[in-house]
Amino acid sequence: MTERSDPTPALGTTPTLGSTPAQTVGPYLHIGLLWPDGPEVVPDGTPGAIWIRGQIFDGAGAPVPDALVETWQADPDGRFDHPDDPRGARPSDVPGFRGFGRSATDVDGRYGIRTVKPGSLPGPDGVPEAPHLNLSIFARGLLHRLVTRLYFPDEEAANAADPVLGSVDPARRATLVASPAPDGCRLDIHLQGTDETVFFAV
Amino acid sequence: MTTDHLRSTGSGSGPGDPVRPGGLVLPRYRHDDPDTHPPMLHPDYGSTNLRAPRQPLALLPHRLTEITGPLLGTGRLGELDHDLTRQHDGEPLGQRIIVHGRVLDGNGRPVPDTLVEIWQPNAAGRYRHAGDNWPAPLDPNFTGVGRAMTDGDGHYRFVTVQPGAYPWRNHPNAWRPAHIHFSLFGRAFTQRLVTQMYFPGDPLFFQDPIFNSVRDPLARERLVSRYDHAVTEPEWALGFEFDIVLRGREATPFEDGDDDD
Ligand SMILES: [Fe+2]
Repeated sequence: MTERSDPTPALGTTPTLGSTPAQTVGPYLHIGLLWPDGPEVVPDGTPGAIWIRGQIFDGAGAPVPDALVETWQADPDGRFDHPDDPRGARPSDVPGFRGFGRSATDVDGRYGIRTVKPGSLPGPDGVPEAPHLNLSIFARGLLHRLVTRLYFPDEEAANAADPVLGSVDPARRATLVASPAPDGCRLDIHLQGTDETVFFAV
Repeated sequence: MTTDHLRSTGSGSGPGDPVRPGGLVLPRYRHDDPDTHPPMLHPDYGSTNLRAPRQPLALLPHRLTEITGPLLGTGRLGELDHDLTRQHDGEPLGQRIIVHGRVLDGNGRPVPDTLVEIWQPNAAGRYRHAGDNWPAPLDPNFTGVGRAMTDGDGHYRFVTVQPGAYPWRNHPNAWRPAHIHFSLFGRAFTQRLVTQMYFPGDPLFFQDPIFNSVRDPLARERLVSRYDHAVTEPEWALGFEFDIVLRGREATPFEDGDDDD
């Protein structure tokens, strides 16, 4: 480490600060978090665009009408336009690709995100990660976001080799794999109950 | 979210070891103390009962999708998004306040150029939202929504009015302490945080199950802003400081202080 007058301490030499705790988004998240282009990970008219849709259910099987789903993903080449990707930040070849989507659920608990399918990613020990989206779910009654993943139904071989999917109880793995739909794919999310979705601590 | 029921995914990396997918060295973000964040199931807050998962959380290792995240530009901001008192023809009623602070990571480093979104009720405690119908007045000059980017030093600043407390039906005579909702992205998926900022000395804390869902009293205090007389502007507005700490990174032998960004 070289000497300089940077007030920012080096990693590993500082006492760690405790994180600010999470709190629920509450029932009025819509005024703060809805964007007109929220569900549009890619612009209208993008070749190969798909819709990812689904419904969110609570432990009584009732739709959750006041949730927010956020998605984050690589582009079709498996790249991120982000400086912490050690392969280098690379803007996507897909014009207007944002990587990020945000959709509130409607009165029937339905969400929808327009995107393009991500590529696979290099994984540990040379085993790639299958194409996937990370999902965050926020709602009244969720004191902290819930995190899950969406895998694609047409990637059977890649899914079978995926290290994260492989770490999940085989009986519950299917909760992370979308089903085909005419304009994309569908993944329902069950917050609780016999079909409870696998959620992750990040 | 507590981490006390985590199942390992058997990634083979020990604590502090960098993860090397495909030979790539990735940063890893520290896990928070188990009592920092609320448990998902908190029966005092009735809405958690049918919404909190009952199965243990699986552990998601920090790989490319987790250590990256949306870096949303200033293109999302309107000129007056940071000033909730100037978004209409007239001024909103209520005590004008300045809410400012820094977004830091757990290593004490500022998080620059990150989007901060806030929403809140008006001075009477009512949200401009179709679902909020309690008999308090709406204010035609107040929407209650703000956005700002942190500067290079991680600093943000909003001008707004002191939000009112509001009743809810969670328990008899239930009132939410005055609060402002905050949403933060940080620089990675791991750092995404939605929280609420409270005001010092609120007499409603004792009966609020959302505030008290945070079990660690020191962590709970981190949700409470500080009155900041140095930022209070004479004959204009009261100042409050609210620093927000997002998760820090594990130290790795591959990083040092010179290229930490
Ligand atoms: Fe609220």
